[in-house]
Amino acid sequence: MKLPVKVTINAQSYSHEVEPRLLLVHYIREVVGLTGTHVGCDTSQCGACVIIMNGMAVKSCTLFAVQADGATITTIEGLAKNGDLHPIQQGFWEKHGLQCGFCTPGMIMTAYQMLERYPNPSEEQIRHQLEGNLCRCTGYHNIVKAIQWAAEHMPARK
Amino acid sequence: MAPATAERLFGKSIKRREDPRFITGRGSYVDDLKIPGMTYAAFVRSPHAHARIRRIDTAAAKAHPGVVAVFTGSDMKGVNSLPCGWDLRKAKNVPGVVQDLAMVPHMPLTSDVARHVGDPVAVVIADSQDAATDAAEKVRVDWEPLPSVTATEKASASGAAAIHADAPGNVAFKWALGDAAATDAAFKNAAVTVKKRIVNQRLVANAMEPRACVARFDPATGELTLWVTSQNPHVHRLLMCAFVLGIPEHKVRVIAPDVGGGFGSKIFLYNEEVVCSWASRQLQRPIRWTASRREAYQTDAHGRDHVTDAELALSRDGKILGLRVKTVANLGAYLSTFAPAVPTFLYGTLLNGVYTIGAIHVEVTGVFTNTTAVDAYRGAGRPEACYVVERMVDAGARALNMDVADLRRKNFIPKFAGAFQTLVAVTYDSGNYAAALDKLLQIFDYKKFRAEQAEARKQGKLLGVGFSTYIEACSIAPSKVVGALGAGAGLYESGKVRVHPTGMVTVYTGSHSHGQGHETTFAQLVADDLGIPMEQIEIVHGDTGSIPFGMGTYGSRSASVGGTAIQMSLDKIKEKGKRIAAHLLEASPKDMEYANGQFQVKGVPSKAVPFGAVALTAYIPHNYPEGLEPGLEETSFYDPSNFCFPFGAHACVVEVDADTGKVKLLRYVAVDDVGNVINPMIVDGMVHGGIAQGVGQALWEGAVYDGDSGQLVTGSMMDYAMPKADMLPNYETDRTVTPTPVNPLGVKGAGETGTIAATPAVVNAVVDALAPFGVDHIETMPLTAERVWKTIQAAKARR
Repeated sequence: MKLPVKVTINAQSYSHEVEPRLLLVHYIREVVGLTGTHVGCDTSQCGACVIIMNGMAVKSCTLFAVQADGATITTIEGLAKNGDLHPIQQGFWEKHGLQCGFCTPGMIMTAYQMLERYPNPSEEQIRHQLEGNLCRCTGYHNIVKAIQWAAEHMPARK
Repeated sequence: MAPATAERLFGKSIKRREDPRFITGRGSYVDDLKIPGMTYAAFVRSPHAHARIRRIDTAAAKAHPGVVAVFTGSDMKGVNSLPCGWDLRKAKNVPGVVQDLAMVPHMPLTSDVARHVGDPVAVVIADSQDAATDAAEKVRVDWEPLPSVTATEKASASGAAAIHADAPGNVAFKWALGDAAATDAAFKNAAVTVKKRIVNQRLVANAMEPRACVARFDPATGELTLWVTSQNPHVHRLLMCAFVLGIPEHKVRVIAPDVGGGFGSKIFLYNEEVVCSWASRQLQRPIRWTASRREAYQTDAHGRDHVTDAELALSRDGKILGLRVKTVANLGAYLSTFAPAVPTFLYGTLLNGVYTIGAIHVEVTGVFTNTTAVDAYRGAGRPEACYVVERMVDAGARALNMDVADLRRKNFIPKFAGAFQTLVAVTYDSGNYAAALDKLLQIFDYKKFRAEQAEARKQGKLLGVGFSTYIEACSIAPSKVVGALGAGAGLYESGKVRVHPTGMVTVYTGSHSHGQGHETTFAQLVADDLGIPMEQIEIVHGDTGSIPFGMGTYGSRSASVGGTAIQMSLDKIKEKGKRIAAHLLEASPKDMEYANGQFQVKGVPSKAVPFGAVALTAYIPHNYPEGLEPGLEETSFYDPSNFCFPFGAHACVVEVDADTGKVKLLRYVAVDDVGNVINPMIVDGMVHGGIAQGVGQALWEGAVYDGDSGQLVTGSMMDYAMPKADMLPNYETDRTVTPTPVNPLGVKGAGETGTIAATPAVVNAVVDALAPFGVDHIETMPLTAERVWKTIQAAKARR
């Protein structure tokens, strides 16, 4: 049995028939072909698969693709606009917030919503908000610095 | 080297060139690959720790829709055991070394007995991953469960389950180093002796990217291409071709593209890539396999797992007279690729630490158990050695009621340059251990801390500081020596520099970056040396189809060995360039020098030929020196004369909650000496990550097997405590710089120092915090709240 799913990802519409058991992350990676969103675990711990769905940072391994029917999604590929890096991406580059790069897309998408909630987060807030994202390379030090850099360089909000 | 007038790129914190692709989601990892006609593999694994395989019924799986093939071990005729690349039996002639090794078979798919949970017995290959996974559940294995043993100290107990016919008592090897008689004498004469059991628990590397491979056999060319999460693609290719599959090496191309972390776990040749490579040739279709995290826990080589009894002999005034170490090292169910080297030559040889010690003797017994194979994990043997030495030095200071920093300083090997012969075979290259500790204490303000601690104790607050003045041995070499010790490989590195006609440069390195930033660091090195912009330089790595044979990246060897190989090729390029430029200038090559991106007559910058013009001339050799080959491309293989020995001093401050046992890290200060530094930002980043892994071992991490069932209890990220952002502090890092004389760059290695140093620093800090209860040791890590609370309760009960 297959079910229809229609989603908008990075401002492009997609429409497919998928198995109900297909995870959203596998839909994004294997069906749509956006491989920037990663799979690092099978228990919803690592956060490498975090995307923005309807404005919320979610672990795309913890949803079925069919649950995303009608949703608007941003993945790491959709964050830079017109070739300009988003300040969070720039922050990770400036502050050496990545080494192997595998956890990075999830970290950046988590930071995206974090900075919406807390435009000027304290170090403690950043560390707490990253509780659902694992990194094995950086020891988190420079990830915290990267998000602080981004907070300082985000365009003023309404 | 570039002249002093130009701004040096060597030593500059330059942003990484690889980052733009990673931060935009355009990295290219193995699991991202899609090839037309792709099939997908799912492995059937043992649910038992130890079980005989009576029969495997694959009929139902083969009939499952979408299934292309199902293979078991009996189908893989002519395929050999996965090789162990470090044969201790070879090294019986090394003085002071006693050793042997049970070289047991390790088949890609086991067909007689499964020896650990997760041991693969069959593979299903299907048109989709779902079909493969579903069908794998239909493979029926008739198991005969056998008694199992997982605990290190029980492996050789009488009545323990026998794991391999050729390893009586489950003993893989016995190994010894040092002077037993001198050590016995030292203990006889000692005023004070301290004896501790030190358990260095089993860890899982947990690179964020799970292992993966894509194997594609092309029937048109007869060529097999294997994309694999590897730290060393040439090693993978050699082992597969020469030992396991017997296929021609020149028809195999191994590509390790972007690799999401390794920490040792991606050095080794694993069952899955061998099976997929073999099956792709059978099926003539591409096959992809990616480990689930659960499979990663069950099959990625684990690390550490030592049980050690250590004794330290001291004089009344705190001189270290002797160190005696007896270690049982758990190797798991099979010998992983470099497993025998880790608890022997990478462990025993570091027990001299940074101290002048009267005598040392170490005995190691390697044992088999029904657990995942153990091999190199970040630090590989050196963290275990450092932990023993730094814990024992701490315990010695407490036994003498001496300050832990004072006792260390009193015993430091004095500053030296060039050579210090240890009592455990290796010769240190350069060291100034007191300087690192001095700098640390200055940053840390030790006196002030002790005053604060005394004040806090009055109020019932448990503050503690722990030190670790560590030594590390990296870029292990030379090949002749490691060969004598049992290595089946050389430990040189390759570096090829290709100057294109337009003056652009492509550098091919045998090192592999899986997070280390080689595309930046090596480009800095080349730009600095040639005096040309980094934009003109491309770094290529990870593809046996384009790079010269190289040994890859592990043991913190890329900059020191791989970087030097590149430097050697640059030197050859410049020598050839001088001849070309001299010809154009009608000067003598002897009178030429290279400076500021041009070949010039010595001291006469106006009489010069730019780098690009020489490159063009080399490829359009119309006006060209007689007898000189056209082209500008050089390859070098660098085999170092010795290891490099980074060192440093770390301090950690903790607060322990007396009611709950919870440990809170308040401060972490690291002073490292890794020799010259090419990119400080990158080195600091690696130190941070290393510290986090070392702290993880001290406080949270541990692979736990159920002693009765042999099940891996910590088999997921829900159960294995990975360090998270809110569990760790910021790190304060600084450096002293003692260049190594071993290589012309003066660089040592920075990838593992943090992991080596941090674990004892943290444990020493917790012990220091608990000193008011009379605690001077905690046998087993991790120091979870429960373990610390129990330690406090036991100490209170003793009083």
